[in-house]
Amino acid sequence: MGEKLNISDLNKQLAEMDVKSLEGVTIEGDIELEIDAGAGGAGPLFAYYFGEEVAKVAVQLVNMAKAFGYPVESLLQPVAVAQAISPAPAELAAAAAIPAFKIPDTLASAKFSVGTDKTWKTQVQEVQLGATKAEGGSRGHVIKIGGEKAMPFFFDAVMPNRPVVTIDVFDMPIGMAKAVKMHYEDVMNDPADWAKKAVKEFKADLVTTHLISTDPLIKDTSAKEAVKVVEDVLQAVDVPICIGGSGNPEKDVEVLSKACEVAQGERALIASASLNLDWEAIGKACVATDNVCLAWTQLEINSQKELDRKLMKVAGVPRDSIVMDPTTAALAYGMDFAYTNMERIRLAGLKGDEELNFPMSSGTTNAWGVREAWMVNSPNKNDSPWGDRMLRGPIWEILTGFSLAMAGVDIFMMMNPIAVAYLQEITQSLMGLVKAQTPDTTNWISMEV
Amino acid sequence: MKESSPLNLYKFLPQTNCGECGEQTCMAFAAGLIARSRKIEECKPLFDEKNQKKYGKKLDQLKTVISPEVALVYVGAGDKQLKVGGEDVMYRHQMTFFNKPPFAYDVTDAMNEADLVERVKLIDAWKKFYIGNWETVEMVAVRSVTGDAAKFAACVKKVMENTEKPLILCSFDPKVLKAGLEVSAAKRPLIYAATKDNWKEVAQLAFDYKVPVTLSVPFDLDGLKGMAQTFAEMGIKDLVLDPGTAPNGEKLQESLQNFIKLRRAAVEEGQKDFNYPVIALPINAWMTTKDPVRGAYWESVLAATFVIRGADIMIRHSLEPHSVMPDMHLRFNIYTDPRTPVQVKPGLYKVGNPTEDSPVFLTTNFALTYYTVESDLGSNNIDSYLLAVNTDGIGVQASVAGGQITPSKIKDAFAEAGMDFEKTSHKSFILPGMAAKFSGELDDLYGYKVKALVGPEDSGRIPGWMEKQWPPKK
Ligand code: SF4
Repeated sequence: MGEKLNISDLNKQLAEMDVKSLEGVTIEGDIELEIDAGAGGAGPLFAYYFGEEVAKVAVQLVNMAKAFGYPVESLLQPVAVAQAISPAPAELAAAAAIPAFKIPDTLASAKFSVGTDKTWKTQVQEVQLGATKAEGGSRGHVIKIGGEKAMPFFFDAVMPNRPVVTIDVFDMPIGMAKAVKMHYEDVMNDPADWAKKAVKEFKADLVTTHLISTDPLIKDTSAKEAVKVVEDVLQAVDVPICIGGSGNPEKDVEVLSKACEVAQGERALIASASLNLDWEAIGKACVATDNVCLAWTQLEINSQKELDRKLMKVAGVPRDSIVMDPTTAALAYGMDFAYTNMERIRLAGLKGDEELNFPMSSGTTNAWGVREAWMVNSPNKNDSPWGDRMLRGPIWEILTGFSLAMAGVDIFMMMNPIAVAYLQEITQSLMGLVKAQTPDTTNWISMEV
Repeated sequence: MKESSPLNLYKFLPQTNCGECGEQTCMAFAAGLIARSRKIEECKPLFDEKNQKKYGKKLDQLKTVISPEVALVYVGAGDKQLKVGGEDVMYRHQMTFFNKPPFAYDVTDAMNEADLVERVKLIDAWKKFYIGNWETVEMVAVRSVTGDAAKFAACVKKVMENTEKPLILCSFDPKVLKAGLEVSAAKRPLIYAATKDNWKEVAQLAFDYKVPVTLSVPFDLDGLKGMAQTFAEMGIKDLVLDPGTAPNGEKLQESLQNFIKLRRAAVEEGQKDFNYPVIALPINAWMTTKDPVRGAYWESVLAATFVIRGADIMIRHSLEPHSVMPDMHLRFNIYTDPRTPVQVKPGLYKVGNPTEDSPVFLTTNFALTYYTVESDLGSNNIDSYLLAVNTDGIGVQASVAGGQITPSKIKDAFAEAGMDFEKTSHKSFILPGMAAKFSGELDDLYGYKVKALVGPEDSGRIPGWMEKQWPPKK
């Protein structure tokens, strides 16, 4: 090792040294290497083992090997190097040639700063749900959603309104996952009691009355009959409400129009107008009765623009009476599409797209359709155990909703009360609304759990 | 990399159109670099030592231009090595997020050996099948609870005997970290952490052992930046930043805002002097509660917060299925490349070793659906055929509603795949329950020579369905 090396001998030398970290790099023929004395990176350890000149060549080789994707750094620590090269070289003097590692006396002082996003120029429309007696409705208070000037929880601007939760109430008993059903078994036959329980016990900000019995394939309840339930719910609770149909595109037009009539002046959220039904009729019904129109599209930003535009231009729905539902695909079941679709919509709205800057709604209850939320065991025998499904379900609903809160959702349609509580807690925490004693996290390493 | 025009990368390439990289032209290769589908190493002439005089400078420039906006740090060694950081965008639709933040689950040196080994084995073996892949846990974080260097070293050693997964060594005491490094440095663990009190000693360790190091300056981004600068000046650049993870209260809001600030500084503002990957500590949820369900849920919620906004690696505690499962899926969903369609090639696939008596299933070519059905069949040892009908990657329920799957499309798909029902003993196939309404029309289309059976709505229930319905009654 003490002798001088010709670069053309390097291949042979390296072979003799059995440098495992460079295996696979073959060097053939005479090579030319430009040696830059400052091409550091390997440090004195290397010089210690290789001698100055070889170290320079080695630095080049290491760089080359790195460039070829060999994880050389990991092998350049004492143990590995010592094992790779045997016996240890006698000549140490050359180490001085590489700039020494020096620890300064004090830490540098620095100032960190970062700007706000200057492209966010447009505020999301603020929409009022519910109307008090003075305003022509009968609600005890109103709820405002939207109004953001920045992405959710970003520091660019304060979020003016917190995300809210509306709990689903159905006009007939329906099948639901065990972890949901246990909370509603006692009220399932009475939508008014159901709504009361949702508000009083489960702290729902709003309730949604789904008139699913109107579906021709279910009970085909007439619109006139069905909307009596809406009246009952309006009597039972004084929070703002949402009203949903059965999802049947023909029947919903009739049912929701009738529902608008009984909710005259209430600024109820009517779910929903979509491109595959008579959106114009539903939009106009909302306008005529001072209700708010939910514009539902299926994971497609351009359809959302189209529907919003049509509702405004054709049906004459005012900007302050539109909420969007761009579709919630649940965690592990296409959540990536739903998340990105919503995030793009919100960003477009902030950047000035006036067909997209409306508050968003999420049918978070969809989480319960994912097998991981309700199945007892994994159908895949090689999976690690899935544990207790009664614990898996609620967190599925929490994370489905919360992810979409990060993307810009303002109102969540949910079912499981535990999920509702967590969603409210985390979103409000991230807005700085939850006062709590924060533990001293610097000693987390030694905490007992 | 901020660059989005191939032209601006082309100028650093040899421009010979030699074709060695497999592209016809250097311009096509440049386009591949922009799309991140090609790596510069694949342009061999650029790296050929004979050409360094000619291309050396270009290569250096190119490397600078294409380097990721959030620095990339390698943790671990060999084939278990992990990429930490390396992100280029603020929002996933702008390109994709590249390197999912590794989850490091904790163990401590205060655990007795049996418990320790059991937990490490649990971490090591955890897996769940999802869209054609096994989701697994990436790392183990070893916490020094006793403060005893020898105990820590013994614990690290024991962990390494039971898993190959990369480690994070956690202690603020340099002596303890050193003891851990003595037994594990060859595996290139991440050390946690240098602080304002111990940074000199920890810098020395990072230098001596050539390992990546975490800088912990909670809730003080100025201080964190100062420390990062100091380390960079010493030549220590494999850094991970800990800006603090508060588990609750207003400090939690501050934590998220700090993560967003760091990501924006690196990605949107190109602050190259402070663009290191960032670590989150969802484990801190456990400082707020002793309730096991509350702890696991809150930890999951914190993990989700930081997976979505700006963490590049994280330390976790709860291995309960109701925490690790949803978090794995969330991370998978957020880190899925939105540019690549999640589809499988349409056609007829074999599951296991099907014979003429085996059932024939069909589903859509949406990857999630396809792999779910395939795994439900495969893991239950149901030898069968599985037809993936081309629905442009739309799932069963949506494609039935949207017309991407119809009875005649199903018949055409079977014909195209060369399925000959005459060669089966049962002359039938099984429709997904969600497509039940097609069965009558299919029977007509096949002139009642092939029977369309209706399967369950969730393929997880196929085994139960088979027990009752298979083979079909004549
Ligand atoms: S290998 Fe390099 S020089 Fe050859 S065509 Fe590809 S990019 Fe151009």
